Amino acid sequence: MKFGETVIPAEEFLAEGHSFCIGCGEALALRLACKALGKDVIIANATGCIEICTSPLPLTSWRVPWIHTLFENTAAVISGIEAGLKILTKKSKMPERNIKCVAIAGDGGTSDIGIQALSGAFERNHNFLYICFDNEAYMNTGIQRSSATPYGASTTTAPAGKFSIGQVTRKKNMAAIAAAHNIPYVATACPSYRFDLMKKVRKAAAVKGPAYVHILAPCPTGWRYGTDLTIKIGQLAVQTGIFPLYEIENGRYILNADPPRLKPVAEYLKLQGRYRHLRDEDIEKIQKMVNEDYAKLKEMAAAFPL
Amino acid sequence: MPCESYNDGSGGGAMNQRVALEGSHAVAEAVRMADVDVISAYPITPQTHIPERLAEMVANGELNAAYIPVESEHSALSTCLGAAAVGARTFTATAGQGLELMHEVVYIASSMRYPVVMAVCNRALSAPLNVWGDHSDAMAVRDTGWIQVFCQNGQEAFDLTLWAFRVGEDPKVLFPVMVHLDGFTLSHVTEPVILPEQSDVDRFLPKFQYPFALDPDRPMTHGAFGPPDIYSETKLAQEVAFRKSKEVILRGWQEFGDIFHRYYRPVEEYKTENAETLLLTMGAFTETAKVVIDERKDKGEAVGLISLRLWRPFPFEEFRQSVRGAKVLIVLDRCISFGRGGPVFAEIRSALYDEEPRPKVVGLIGGLGGRDLSEEDFDYIITRGREIAEKGSDRMLETVNIR
Amino acid sequence: MVDKLSWKDLEVGNIIRAAGNASIRKTGDWRTEKPILDKEKCVKCALCWICCPDAAIKPSESGYYESDLYYCKGCGICASVCPAKAITMVAEEEQ
Repeated sequence: MKFGETVIPAEEFLAEGHSFCIGCGEALALRLACKALGKDVIIANATGCIEICTSPLPLTSWRVPWIHTLFENTAAVISGIEAGLKILTKKSKMPERNIKCVAIAGDGGTSDIGIQALSGAFERNHNFLYICFDNEAYMNTGIQRSSATPYGASTTTAPAGKFSIGQVTRKKNMAAIAAAHNIPYVATACPSYRFDLMKKVRKAAAVKGPAYVHILAPCPTGWRYGTDLTIKIGQLAVQTGIFPLYEIENGRYILNADPPRLKPVAEYLKLQGRYRHLRDEDIEKIQKMVNEDYAKLKEMAAAFPL
Repeated sequence: MPCESYNDGSGGGAMNQRVALEGSHAVAEAVRMADVDVISAYPITPQTHIPERLAEMVANGELNAAYIPVESEHSALSTCLGAAAVGARTFTATAGQGLELMHEVVYIASSMRYPVVMAVCNRALSAPLNVWGDHSDAMAVRDTGWIQVFCQNGQEAFDLTLWAFRVGEDPKVLFPVMVHLDGFTLSHVTEPVILPEQSDVDRFLPKFQYPFALDPDRPMTHGAFGPPDIYSETKLAQEVAFRKSKEVILRGWQEFGDIFHRYYRPVEEYKTENAETLLLTMGAFTETAKVVIDERKDKGEAVGLISLRLWRPFPFEEFRQSVRGAKVLIVLDRCISFGRGGPVFAEIRSALYDEEPRPKVVGLIGGLGGRDLSEEDFDYIITRGREIAEKGSDRMLETVNIR
Repeated sequence: MVDKLSWKDLEVGNIIRAAGNASIRKTGDWRTEKPILDKEKCVKCALCWICCPDAAIKPSESGYYESDLYYCKGCGICASVCPAKAITMVAEEEQ
């Protein structure tokens, strides 16, 4: 199926009948990423929403080779898969194959418990694609905070309360951390911008070396919004500058969409129950933070004029 | 066949070399000759000489393998799992704290049936930090479902590493294998080791053909999660398969002996005929103990020694057979299981509970954190062991060479 | 179905050979609303098909994209993205 220049395969590499929540943004992002990747992949998956919703023994939703071991070692497992395939081919123990090694993890399995293994895999320069599906908390275990939870969001382990605004720290910038390893390609994506997401996943998969794609995954259950708003929420995340879409190619920042005026963050925050407790001054504070971060991003992009 | 492990004296193949090798380097030679595909290890004393020698071999083209310098032990074993899942022959090595750090991955390797081979240079567990040898790291992984053997000397370090690949990768087994060698007292001790011909190794060790390799042409799912309605069945299946691996363990040793002329058995019986008192040891201390057994036997004492080579799956049959007729069995532990005593001692007692008659089993603990046990100490162990068997003990813990 | 399996029925390492066998699960049981397509308005743009997290909208011979009610969880994303407003979510009848 062609949409302009984008070809979207009809094949579903993720079988229907999975148990993602109703309206899950992560499920959509994963489905699109799988279509972008095609069948010649081996996927290593961290413990998390994706793993649980797709693999209840004796059933599996996966129509591509897939392995799950633990929570924090996805990058290490994919390193072994990549090195294994490479050496077996080199030693003529298997024929030359075009198989892309892909690691999939959530924000917890990436920016918290998984960051060590990820850093090591980047440093060793394995040829692999790492996709972080970021629903901004440990959603599968019941909405506990992660270092990807944004400032002011309420989670069960950093809940809003009489003496707390919820998350008191700012979201870890995994894209910058990935880029700091001098890897060839880093990108942010959102399933609300489906063709952009698929293009980036394809581009990242084509890199001969480490590549990192950070996908925002709106979560109706954890962010507390009506299930039909997933696409709209993802759009607002981008349009408010809260989750800008950009690429970092060999250290060079490219802002993919730079609207002349960003929508006010309130439009995005007010749709979600996890921000319901915010007062006007909190929203103002968040607006300032977003403005700051966005300005910094624009500076980085400006440093590398096209 | 004689009851102890033996060398048939034929000297093996004409081209066998007899070289002086450190225990660690003996392991590395076995890995090289086994043509391992992926090595992923994180350095930790006293294992470092293994990855160092392997890295050197790879750098010089003596070993055609991917050497992955991972950033922690947890990643070391995880990387091996990924490599094994695509059909690569994998090896890693660790010790002490490293084995603890990878602890959850150790269970995974067995439960997911990846035949990784891991050498463990047994090291004391912190705190306090101690890089020297004892068995506390090994005892912490008893229940993880790995086939486990303890080496007495450099030759065994080489032989059992080679054998480990043969057994672990066998399609009827598909379990990971741990080869334990005492930190420093074996890993860093240079001994004569007979290296076989490569052609004999190739005869002994078939190519690894992992039947469930991750492959886009036959997409499979590895590591689905197991809710309560199925988890118990998965564990029962694992235990049944694990116990069955004993057949291949024994066959592997038989085949090894037929080609290399050194026959190994799960339990080594050393001068146990007519022995009333038996000493049980594991690992390198066995050799020191044997010297004391020899001396006492020369003086006419009815003593003998059992060395437990196969630790898991526990060799119930061979062990019970080996102690038949003895009145006293003295178990030496190189580890304290806090609140309980010697872990091997407890398992040995349990293994003999239903036997009628059975020896009186007593236990002593020593050799912790690199504290050596000399011949005098083994003399004490035997003497004190007999005393306890006769008169009982009012001490909380029986120890040797602990002030 | 699972409680009929014994330990002997499991594969080595609990691997699953049947790719995608989870597709027997009728997630359509989850929904409280279902999408109704107005074919008069539909422009066959396929956006509903692309945006369905459950792949529960399928292309058909006629060129329209039909909901697969076996799987459809009734999230309403298809209705929200349809540029022609051709999809409406209606309450699932009480059984």
